[in-house]
Amino acid sequence: MASVELKSIGKSFGSTPVLGGIDLAVADGEFMTLVGPSGCGKTTLIRIIAGIESQDAGAVLIGGSSIDHLRPHERRVAMVFQSYALYPHMSVRGNLSLPLVMSRLRLHERVPLIRLLSSRRRETMHSIEGEVEAVAQQLQLGALLDRRPAQLSGGQRQRVALGRAMVRHPDVFLMDEPLSNLDAKLRVHMRTELAELHQRLGATFIYVTHDQVEAMTMSDRVAMMDAGHILQLGTPTELYGRPANVKVAQFIGSPTINLLPGSVGSNDAVELLGRRLQLAVDLPAGSPLTIGLRPEALTAVPANTAPADAGSLPARLRRRENLGAEHILHFDLPGAALPPVVARAPPELQLPADGHVALTFDPLACHLFDPSGARVEARRAEGSRDPVVVPFRS
Amino acid sequence: MAAELSRPRRSRQHWIERLTGTGFALPAFALLIMVNLLPLIAVLYLSLTDYEFGALEAKFVGLANLNKALSDPIIRRSLSNTLLYVAIVLPGSVLLALAVAVLVHGRRRTRGFYEVAYFLPVTSTLIAMATVWQFLLHPRLGPVNAALRWFGLAEVPFLSDPAWALPTLAVIGIWQLLGFNMVLFLAGLSAIPKDLYEAAEIDGVATGIDRFLTITWPLLGPTTMFVIVTTSITAFKVFDTVAVMTRGGPMGSSEVLLYNIYLEGFQYFHTGYAAALTVIFLFFILAFSVAQTFALERRVHY
Amino acid sequence: MGAAALAEPIPLRATAAQTRIRRLLSLLATHAVLMAGAVFMLLPFVWMLMTSLKSPGEIFSADFTLWPRRFSAVENYDRALTTAPLLRFALNGFIICFGILVVQLLVAIPAAYALAKLKFPGRNPLFVLVLLGLCIPVQVPALPLYIALASLGLLNTYFAIMFPFFLSVFAIFLFRQFFKSFPDDIINAARLDGMSEFEIVWRIVVPSAWPAIAAFSVFSAVAHWNDLYWPLIVVSDTRLAPPPLGMMFFADAETGSNYGALTAAATVLTAPLVIAFLVARRRFIEGITMTGVK
Repeated sequence: MASVELKSIGKSFGSTPVLGGIDLAVADGEFMTLVGPSGCGKTTLIRIIAGIESQDAGAVLIGGSSIDHLRPHERRVAMVFQSYALYPHMSVRGNLSLPLVMSRLRLHERVPLIRLLSSRRRETMHSIEGEVEAVAQQLQLGALLDRRPAQLSGGQRQRVALGRAMVRHPDVFLMDEPLSNLDAKLRVHMRTELAELHQRLGATFIYVTHDQVEAMTMSDRVAMMDAGHILQLGTPTELYGRPANVKVAQFIGSPTINLLPGSVGSNDAVELLGRRLQLAVDLPAGSPLTIGLRPEALTAVPANTAPADAGSLPARLRRRENLGAEHILHFDLPGAALPPVVARAPPELQLPADGHVALTFDPLACHLFDPSGARVEARRAEGSRDPVVVPFRS
Repeated sequence: MAAELSRPRRSRQHWIERLTGTGFALPAFALLIMVNLLPLIAVLYLSLTDYEFGALEAKFVGLANLNKALSDPIIRRSLSNTLLYVAIVLPGSVLLALAVAVLVHGRRRTRGFYEVAYFLPVTSTLIAMATVWQFLLHPRLGPVNAALRWFGLAEVPFLSDPAWALPTLAVIGIWQLLGFNMVLFLAGLSAIPKDLYEAAEIDGVATGIDRFLTITWPLLGPTTMFVIVTTSITAFKVFDTVAVMTRGGPMGSSEVLLYNIYLEGFQYFHTGYAAALTVIFLFFILAFSVAQTFALERRVHY
Repeated sequence: MGAAALAEPIPLRATAAQTRIRRLLSLLATHAVLMAGAVFMLLPFVWMLMTSLKSPGEIFSADFTLWPRRFSAVENYDRALTTAPLLRFALNGFIICFGILVVQLLVAIPAAYALAKLKFPGRNPLFVLVLLGLCIPVQVPALPLYIALASLGLLNTYFAIMFPFFLSVFAIFLFRQFFKSFPDDIINAARLDGMSEFEIVWRIVVPSAWPAIAAFSVFSAVAHWNDLYWPLIVVSDTRLAPPPLGMMFFADAETGSNYGALTAAATVLTAPLVIAFLVARRRFIEGITMTGVK
């Protein structure tokens, strides 16, 4: 009962539009990630779901019913802030129990001095204490309950922020770049912890990040946003394997996808840098195309052994980065003003001393985009054979 | 070899630094001794003598001045007047300033206007404004009493009734200090991160009272401590309004410590006695300053 | 877990219209409170200005109006300006504030730089003295300073008015804090480029400390324009009086009867700072609160 549904959410700050009619349905228990460059509106969107910001148009539904009239704490959502937003003057215990104190004690039971008159207060505080300790145990915060946030490390603060969200057992967890203030090593660790936490709690997670690795590794589905719109919604595999837009292709994947200029030749054939590929599209001849090739789609072979019907590009090695398990190769293409092409290679790959190679690829590995950036579906051209690749001696 | 060769050059830089440092600090050092340190010692010494300004010699009298001051009903009254003045001005100007700051903090377009309105008395010349207040509070000519009459109330002789004089001066003190404290509180309020309020809102801190009790008040704690101490010191140094508006009267009901020091030291020229009063004055100021140091210490934490 | 979540009451919903009305009412209440306070704060200023325009007959009449029925501004201001040298008081204020500020900056800036960035013998004792000096108001050394100035025959001089304030421990403290955060690398780079320490202070460090210097200048000017205690002690010559003392002399001379002229004088002497405040509101508020945020 905690699906989240956004119906054509629109929002602008002054005259600047931030969100242009967002539609999104998040299933109960799903881990949904909103990813995109800064300023794309993802944080505004999550703040609208939380109720901190109100939308100009559209509706937010949680569990099938509209919650737009509800104030943030009535929405049964919890939020983890980028800065953690821990109350600096309260101990970890105080931070964790605040949401429960607010929902279970009446105003007169919270006001200093007057609260001493209430007998119910002590009982309630006792049960809150128990729940807080349970959550603290789950997050290994048990020993830190009496510390202040300033006395904690970044990772510990992060866990307190998570704990404060968990104590209320919300239907939906909203997370606004929760890992961005951690160092790289801790970030990798927390990715696993968050994914496991999601499985354990079974709650709906909506997670905002600008880091495509976080989006890829944790999510059930990813919504890639840009300039106030969702460019593509799908599983991480779909976003990587079939990017619907050139911006998605560029944003997802590291090293970044290689983008090369192409066009449509005669007989619907796709041409890359003037070379005909064994691919056909249904577009008028002469239409320009952007052709994307992932670094792992390219294989370097000796210059004269490129098979005729596989895609191939003459290239010269410019630089080789050693990452240990693999090498990243940077190639210059002949011709002016082309960006270097990046390929992955196993460490044992030998290249000729002069660096001249052919980069071959399966034409079907090409991602084609029209000038507006939208994906163009291609089919194998008739009469082509499977490519034969003669690799370098390893 | 290389190390030995480089040593002379390092030590030259070292000497230049010591010399310029001393040179730069020397004027300040000299003035500090002339204006602060020596006079301080002199005051302490004078307070032990019966020196009167213009007299050719002075006798060492030990703590006699201090004893006399502490048993002098006039001084005791002026000390209790001063503390009463602080006791009115302190809560008045701190609590009102806090309330105004919280209200002004949320304003967008009108914030500038309110800041100017409340801060104007801080920059204005108090002596000139005291004359205006005198007129405002005038029993027959002043608009305040006119308003009281209009409401059918009795006239209040604000400055000529012993029961009213000091509280009236205290209200003017609040009027003068409110804007200053408000601005300090505003600075404290803008230092509270906005996302704390957002997090609190999600956690169920929904009403204004709850927001104030859970976030604003505790996080303003250090600012409040600081404002309390500076206000106490400023209020303890009250002089201008007394000197212009009441001259300590009527019947000594508004005599304050600094005014007595001024009278004894620079009107009657009982220098030794005035020095003893100054020592009492300094004692209170230092006590407030020590409190201030603790306040600042606390401010560093979290 | 789910059961606990469901057990919490679902609050009654308020309609959008109700929310809007509630928000409007609270906004109205806020402004009502703030306006009432603002009226209290501004009343003396408004009354001062209005009275300075009124004729004596109107001032002494029993029925009160804010707006003058007959304007006697010329008489009032003329009387104020001729009975007392008001412009001379204002000029004295400028001379004293300016003189004090210049010496304060010339003394405090190098000392603060030395305390912040240079190692020299006596650095720590000096800093302790500075901290001690912060706690001592001018009323404490006033007696010995008066005796010293009197025995040197310096009473009733501009020098006597300014002397106790030439050294501002507060300025040293404030600038030291500011200079401490100035990067050492830049100072070392300047040394490598052949600059003397003197040049480093005035050409590298001071320009970067401009906000602190401006803020302190405002603070200093406001404090000494409005100071009464010390001038009252060392000045008996009307021609040397700064504005507050001048105002006091004038009020004594008028014996509190001619309120038209009195408020005119108050207006003239308050105007320079108030106008400066209205023009540079931000700087003023920063400058004066910096004394509090130290």
